[in-house]
Amino acid sequence: MIGRLAPVLTIDRATYDAIVAHARKDHPDEACGVVAGPAGSDRAARLIPMLNAARSPTFYEFDSGDLLRLYREMDDRDEEPVVVYHSHTATEAYPSRTDISYASEPNAHYVLVSTRDPDSVEFRSYRIVDATVTEEDVSVVETLPE
Amino acid sequence: MAVEVRIPTILRNLTGNQKQVQGHGDTLEALFLDLETQYTGLRGRLVDDEGALRRFVNVYLNDEDVRFLGGLETALGDGDTVTILPAVAGG
Repeated sequence: MIGRLAPVLTIDRATYDAIVAHARKDHPDEACGVVAGPAGSDRAARLIPMLNAARSPTFYEFDSGDLLRLYREMDDRDEEPVVVYHSHTATEAYPSRTDISYASEPNAHYVLVSTRDPDSVEFRSYRIVDATVTEEDVSVVETLPE
Repeated sequence: MAVEVRIPTILRNLTGNQKQVQGHGDTLEALFLDLETQYTGLRGRLVDDEGALRRFVNVYLNDEDVRFLGGLETALGDGDTVTILPAVAGG
């Protein structure tokens, strides 16, 4: 339990780069996805890019059927969403009011990537619990510790 | 009708931390009313003040989103599984 309370997101370089690439590819629409990991481990192990069913520059939503399949699959593998990520395409990488009101994974790191500047990356991580946002550090490592 | 109901993490504080609970009802509406008698506060997280399913909560009967079935009037049968998942969404 201590691991999941650590005020830092530890993420490997390949996953970090893939999230940024996904956000760039879907720009100007918002991109979204999950990094799953073993339940209780706080280990962002398995990247699962999702389709933004809203296909919008200002909103994202996982398709309802995809959502059910995703959670079933994680359940079968005894995983949980360690990271829930999405992009902002014209504003800073900070949770919007709608992000806060719909945040429903109190154990997850909410990653925001902003693609508003084509030449620089904003990649930030937050906890969102009971409508309270707490930013945390992001530690990018070559490989995740065992 | 005895129905298995899968509860998402965010609502488990209302079900004594149980991932899966049992309820009864011929329809989804009846099931939610029955669950409310066991787990106070649960129904209000699923249904709004006007009695409609909340927009950002997804409820599935077996493999199908109930929005594509009969919503709260969806008929339930013995052995069905109802899965509740908050939408993953934002702006």
